[in-house]
Amino acid sequence: MQLDDLLNHSSEWLKGTGPNSDVVISSRIRLARNLNKVAFPHWASKKQGERTLQIIQEAILRADYTKKTIIFKLADLDSVDKQFLVERHLMSLEHAQKPNHKAIAIDNEEIISIMINEEDHIRMQVMQSGFNLFEAWNIINRIDDSLALELSFAFLPEWGYLTACPTNTGTGMRGSVMLHLPALVMTRQIDRVLAAVAKLSFATRGLYGEGTQAAGNFFQISNQISLGLSEDENIDNINGLIRQIIEQEHQAREALLSRNRPALEDRINRSLGILKTARIISSQETIELLSMVRVGCDIGMLKDIDRRTINELFIVTQPAHLQKIERKKLLSEERDIKRAEIIRSRLSL
Amino acid sequence: MLCDICGKNSATVHLTEIIDNQMNELHLCEECARQKNAEMEHKFGSDLLAGMAETEKFAKEKETVSVICPNCGLSYTNFKKIGRLGCGECYIAFKKYLILLLKRIHGSAQHVGKVPRKTGVALKKKTLLQDLGDKLQAAIKVEDFEEAARIRDRIREIERKKQNIERIA
Repeated sequence: MQLDDLLNHSSEWLKGTGPNSDVVISSRIRLARNLNKVAFPHWASKKQGERTLQIIQEAILRADYTKKTIIFKLADLDSVDKQFLVERHLMSLEHAQKPNHKAIAIDNEEIISIMINEEDHIRMQVMQSGFNLFEAWNIINRIDDSLALELSFAFLPEWGYLTACPTNTGTGMRGSVMLHLPALVMTRQIDRVLAAVAKLSFATRGLYGEGTQAAGNFFQISNQISLGLSEDENIDNINGLIRQIIEQEHQAREALLSRNRPALEDRINRSLGILKTARIISSQETIELLSMVRVGCDIGMLKDIDRRTINELFIVTQPAHLQKIERKKLLSEERDIKRAEIIRSRLSL
Repeated sequence: MLCDICGKNSATVHLTEIIDNQMNELHLCEECARQKNAEMEHKFGSDLLAGMAETEKFAKEKETVSVICPNCGLSYTNFKKIGRLGCGECYIAFKKYLILLLKRIHGSAQHVGKVPRKTGVALKKKTLLQDLGDKLQAAIKVEDFEEAARIRDRIREIERKKQNIERIA
């Protein structure tokens, strides 16, 4: 598999299927692991970093559940390649910076990704379409077990898995759910919901994780606590919270429809109209309009467009994807033209 | 009245600290008060996590400054600056300071989740014994002999079980 091959198929999490996929885009579990007695990436010498990379790479290629993954060294990727992986949610922004001794392992279906030498020696993640954290946990738990047979992890019985930052100590687990909440935004209830989320010690982030703004009505919610709760308990807690938010989004959608159906239909159709006809369009405008079209799909108004097409458009209209498709660097203005062209062709089918 | 920190000079400065809604009175000599003041300023200057790592309980211990992880060489002072540990062994080297920090972050300092498949079980027993050994020493130090006897019995019980298992094996 080459990196460019990813362009021709869509990631598992973009399928638009799975439980509650009218509100939940994807579910993700990540685990942080470190090698016993080895300096963490930020504190390691050049030689140690290189050695850690080698040890983990070899373990990944031996372990049952990961031996079929493809490993890319970050030093071998150009800036578009790296951004491409970030846009596909396979890699963090942090990993894309300072490429020394870093690598990423990805499986064919883009369900599994393992970052080597990010903040911790190993950051593995499993993504699933829809509201499905337990399935993601089942998969990543097996991957973790198979790697534990090859590697000795830094672990203390009383404190669990030891991580570079004490905020991840314990299970080293973060479960996050990507939600699309247009009706809560439109009915101006979102601030109240997010305030409640923060009060319960959960974090809200934007489309691209840590430090990014929530855009186009997308919100990523994840647990903050990793010590004192088992993986199952933590996932149960996130699930309970997410179920309530889904319920509130459904109620808000119904309220919008019953209060002023024509206004909502107008907004959805105008959004679709612009996307189908525009010749120049920015990435921000694209996300906002696609968000409205997705509402149209979800409430059964736009029957001939499927959710998967919309989900994929969110990703292929991002800057690095456009440049990958064109196979050359594009200036911002050139991208806006190319973006409009791709949207028109995909929506006219 | 003698200084709360050095216990040598007489206390002339009286400080009230409020941390986590707990009021704490400190009676200090001039020299220790100056140092405490510098520590408090440093506390405000460092970032949030680092601020959390600095606790009232240990701020007065000079030891904090000099603790260094024997495995990777990171000092506790450095950890407070960068907010990242240097390696897994740092958790052992800085254990008594990290307990408080972990409690503040997670509301708990006791792992209840998964254990690594390979090493987990043996590790758990070994450290339980180590832990009990530490507790035994601590109880003897404060002359709590009742508690010490209880701990000693638990240690004997665990060791007897271990010997039985070894004999069977």
